[in-house]
Amino acid sequence: MSETEVFMQQVIYGLSNGMIIALVALGYTMVYGIVELINFAHGDVFTLGGFLALTIVGALGAAAIIDPNALGESSSWLLLFGLVIGAGLFCGMLNVGIDRIVYKPLRRAPKLTQLVAAIGVSFIIVNIALFWGGAPMEVFGDGKAAAASKDFPELLEGSNLLGEESNVVLRLEDLAIFIITIPLMVGLTLFVKKTRLGRGMRATAQNPVAARLMGIDTDRVISATFLIGGFLGGAASVMWSVYNNTISFQMGFRAGMDAFTAAVLGGIGSLPGAMVGGVLIGLIRAMSDQYIETRWTNVVVFSVLILILVFRPSGLLGLKQREKV
Amino acid sequence: MSRTGTSGARFSPMTRGQFAVLGLLALTPLVDLVFPSLQLSGPMRTVIVYAILALGLNIVVGWTGLLNLGIAAFMAIGAYAFAILTSEVYPFQVGFWWGIVLAGVIGALAGWLLGAPTLRLRGDYLAIVTLGFGEIVQDGLKNLPAITKGTEGINPLPEPMLPLMEVSGETPARWFFIYLAVLALVVFLCRNLEFSRMGRQWFAVREDELAARCMAIEPDKAKLKAFAAGAALAALSGALYASHLSSTGEPSNYDFQISILALCIVIVGGIASITGVLVGAIVVVGFSNVLLPVVTQAMQRAGLSSTGNVLASPDNYKYLIFGLALVLMMRYRPDGIVHARKAVRK
Repeated sequence: MSETEVFMQQVIYGLSNGMIIALVALGYTMVYGIVELINFAHGDVFTLGGFLALTIVGALGAAAIIDPNALGESSSWLLLFGLVIGAGLFCGMLNVGIDRIVYKPLRRAPKLTQLVAAIGVSFIIVNIALFWGGAPMEVFGDGKAAAASKDFPELLEGSNLLGEESNVVLRLEDLAIFIITIPLMVGLTLFVKKTRLGRGMRATAQNPVAARLMGIDTDRVISATFLIGGFLGGAASVMWSVYNNTISFQMGFRAGMDAFTAAVLGGIGSLPGAMVGGVLIGLIRAMSDQYIETRWTNVVVFSVLILILVFRPSGLLGLKQREKV
Repeated sequence: MSRTGTSGARFSPMTRGQFAVLGLLALTPLVDLVFPSLQLSGPMRTVIVYAILALGLNIVVGWTGLLNLGIAAFMAIGAYAFAILTSEVYPFQVGFWWGIVLAGVIGALAGWLLGAPTLRLRGDYLAIVTLGFGEIVQDGLKNLPAITKGTEGINPLPEPMLPLMEVSGETPARWFFIYLAVLALVVFLCRNLEFSRMGRQWFAVREDELAARCMAIEPDKAKLKAFAAGAALAALSGALYASHLSSTGEPSNYDFQISILALCIVIVGGIASITGVLVGAIVVVGFSNVLLPVVTQAMQRAGLSSTGNVLASPDNYKYLIFGLALVLMMRYRPDGIVHARKAVRK
């Protein structure tokens, strides 16, 4: 492999992972934009999306999935779309439920009170994922070791899309990530720009009191925000599981921190910022894996996070704003 | 109202509540005498270690109103500083007492270094920066095995030394009392800090930064001092923890979960109240490090628990219980079990 080929390969890894991170980051940034809360539980909602997907795959019969001939290629695409929508809806509803039960009563409480409650929710969900990992199903190892990572079956198999003789590998999974994430991002942008509810969201983000005075049902806007953010997180978790072929009850912490870093890097509250930030973090991770060392990658990402917060807290695309008193 | 430390009021070194909680802890070796099979003095040392950690966090979170989600990093720094200063592997070998003191000083320096560039950030951003710092320290310790021995941890480490008295694993009661004495000293220090000029500045910054500035308080300096003081206590607790284990253990012993454990102690016990933090340490750590293992053992002996069933092992409910504790306390009792004195807070 030549130098350029190694670099191109890392770019592909980075873009694929980055698109997934961007989807999760959108969930953080949307919620922060509307209610100014770092939704600490978002990463763990993401985890549950992966667990739901694996459960569905297990229920449909692992054998049929692992052998692509039994299902046929088009049906494994169908299954993937089904999982994305299923896990998305599940995570979206879960997110709305968490907001209604935990965050809503604390809406007027100090910010740190809300953040601590969100951390509490995160821990509760981690524990639910741990229990879920002990489910008596074959795909979960018959519940023998609940805390162990679970193998996620290869849904999309296929040869190198760039041709067998190419050294740079572009897998079907990479393609699937773009096929699924790009329409979601375009759809979200159009939704926020063009629809009535989207306009309500932008208004609420700017000034919730004024938005309410203009007749916007801010509670409905907030619920919609949590629903959409959760949906994107759930969709991302399916893509993540299919791409990495493994899930664990703690995967949301890592993914969540990457995504939050991405959201901050792009400028928290900004949708295009989260997308750009996600791709950048994906690329930074891939390059650090290749050119520094894998074991230092997390340190690199967190250092980026701290440096951005200290020197440019508004991020790359965020607006400079003063703290509200 | 009378005990706010106004010029006429008499200042006692410890409140009745603080004295009572420490006295309660002092009964532990007695329980061991009556029920020798329990062997509580060893595990109860961890209650003291985490009480000191939480008292450090309380200075930052409770008194100054800054959320620090990476307090475990300072505990790790203290533990490794203690290990490097006292272990036979390294040339320093300063002994237990100098070890814990210097660990505290190094912790304060580390807190100062992290705090100086980051403390002007707003609250929730600062929380995330401290969280990131915690992860960086943990990964750094793991990835530099030449200094830290990686996942093996540095060992063996010295136990407390006293003149004329042997302290070792064979004398758990003595070891426990030494740790209790350190805790009492820390409580005394905290109580003095609380009523010092510094402590009042911290409260002022917490309640209203702008108003504090108008009173000629420099919020950034006050915050930095709180951060360093909290880090020093966390590092002290780390040193005691390493000596307790006779090893630093794995770097993942100081992970995010420990930072949250400390936060749970402060919030469940009573934010901003020293007595509350002590009560919180007994309740939370007593539950997770003393009661849970006892229950698990009992269940295993009775044949109720198996590694095959995730629901049957009490240890697997830890996250759930910590999480529920945080959520429910925030919703229904944000001040904790023991309320801090309103006269000071308002």
